[in-house]
Amino acid sequence: MSDLRELYQEVVIDHGRRPRNFRALTPVTHQAEGFNPLCGDRLTLYLNVVDGVIRDAGFQGSGCAISTASASLMTEHLKGKTPAEAEAVFRQFHSLMTGDGAAGEDKLGKLTVLSGVKEFPTRVKCATLAWHTLQAALHRETQPVSTE
Amino acid sequence: MRADFPALQQNVHGRPLVYLDNAATTQKPRSVIEALVHYYERDNSNVHRGVHALSERATAAYESARERVRAFLNAAQREEIVFTRGTTESINLVAQSFLRPRLTPGDEILITGMEHHSNIVPWQLLCEQTGAVLKVVPITDDGELVYAEFERLLNRRTRLLGVVQVSNALGTVNPVARMIKAAHAQDVPVLVDGAQAVAHLPVDVRALDADFYAFSSHKIFGPTGLGVLYAKRRLLEDMPPYQGGGDMILTVSFERSTWNALPYKFEAGTPHIAGAVGLGAALDYLESVGLPGIAAHEHALLDYATDAVRTVKGLRLIGTANEKAGILSFVMDGVHPHDIGTIVDAEGVAIRTGHHCAMPVMERFGVPATARASFALYNTRADVDALVHALHRVNQLFAN
Repeated sequence: MSDLRELYQEVVIDHGRRPRNFRALTPVTHQAEGFNPLCGDRLTLYLNVVDGVIRDAGFQGSGCAISTASASLMTEHLKGKTPAEAEAVFRQFHSLMTGDGAAGEDKLGKLTVLSGVKEFPTRVKCATLAWHTLQAALHRETQPVSTE
Repeated sequence: MRADFPALQQNVHGRPLVYLDNAATTQKPRSVIEALVHYYERDNSNVHRGVHALSERATAAYESARERVRAFLNAAQREEIVFTRGTTESINLVAQSFLRPRLTPGDEILITGMEHHSNIVPWQLLCEQTGAVLKVVPITDDGELVYAEFERLLNRRTRLLGVVQVSNALGTVNPVARMIKAAHAQDVPVLVDGAQAVAHLPVDVRALDADFYAFSSHKIFGPTGLGVLYAKRRLLEDMPPYQGGGDMILTVSFERSTWNALPYKFEAGTPHIAGAVGLGAALDYLESVGLPGIAAHEHALLDYATDAVRTVKGLRLIGTANEKAGILSFVMDGVHPHDIGTIVDAEGVAIRTGHHCAMPVMERFGVPATARASFALYNTRADVDALVHALHRVNQLFAN
């Protein structure tokens, strides 16, 4: 059970139950849908990027505690970052999930509460769904973005 | 009986395995594993070709498995038993080989709202190819077919009824005998998806008067990669081959080929010989235990489990039909099925979580997914107790 506590830390359960930024954005400059056909988790991610900075981020959808908490923590983390910085965070987050830690952890902050996922390989996809959706949003803009 | 299943004799995450994912696939008895080993160690050869001893033995083993399946389903003739890769391929075979040549735009294919994707998508593909229309019998809040709607939707444009005998997502046992009778009264042929039925209740295709009956070996204690299509001989005779290749032909020239006799016309290429041998052993095992007894055991276990899970706070059953087989699908307040699955797995309890390849059923009940415990002949009340204990742990972990 110790591994389970590691996976379902209180912060994770809290964000899973009461996700932050759980809303659509207006205006929205970037939007993408993420879907995990294996389990039916789906989310829509909204970004408002102004002058090359992510001013606001929100999401809607349904998923497990891990995917919801990950999306919630991600949207908190993204605000004020440039898209390039966001992608650097994703690289570190991904290496945290796969357990190799090769990309370092200095940019992760509170996101490290999800580190327990690495002991549950079947749940890595849950934790990274929001981040893959972020990549799709950043690379397929719904509206022209001012700078990239 | 549990001792007959080697995979059940192990610890998972330091606890004895409690295997409750039988609707996904069943564990294999030692006799099935030994039949596979024996086949590969002694008889391995190709079938229907060689004149040497091993080929004769392999052919005899393969064909005796076919006879075993015939007897199991109470089919009239061995020619009516076609080996496929699984239930999915069996249904696709019927869609493409039987139904496709008979369809014109506006014709209707009737299925139910509780079908597995494998009894939905082949018909959708066929509708795209022919301009036919898919019609769906709705289901009630308890997970039963709305029978009056079935009768209303069955009409002179209906060209086939496809119906699941036991729903993999809800556990509902459908009144297929009655439905077949109603369909036949309007000259509508019927395909029964028996994937979740054959390991749990006695099936007699002649008593049912099913035109097509499909199931998979791996859900009835046999190997994966092998399935069965039963079809009435007169229907098979009129059907063109499903795939072309070796073994399904009588003669081949570049101008014209002629087809082999039934059932080989539908078995192109080297079949899963070992799989058939394993299925034969699985059916022997099942018969030695006895399906009526298995059905009674699982029914009692389902009743016990249905009561037991009611003690779990916030748990809601999805699928509460009067007639059910050993499947318990449920959701819990404030906990997603995936999280349930991971937490009970840590307790050694294997269940399935997700949409169970029945996304329309999930939509019907307004849930993204469910957790599902499904029973087989080797499950016990102790297994149910372990599940319930693990579900209480879920609530403890998620309680603030």
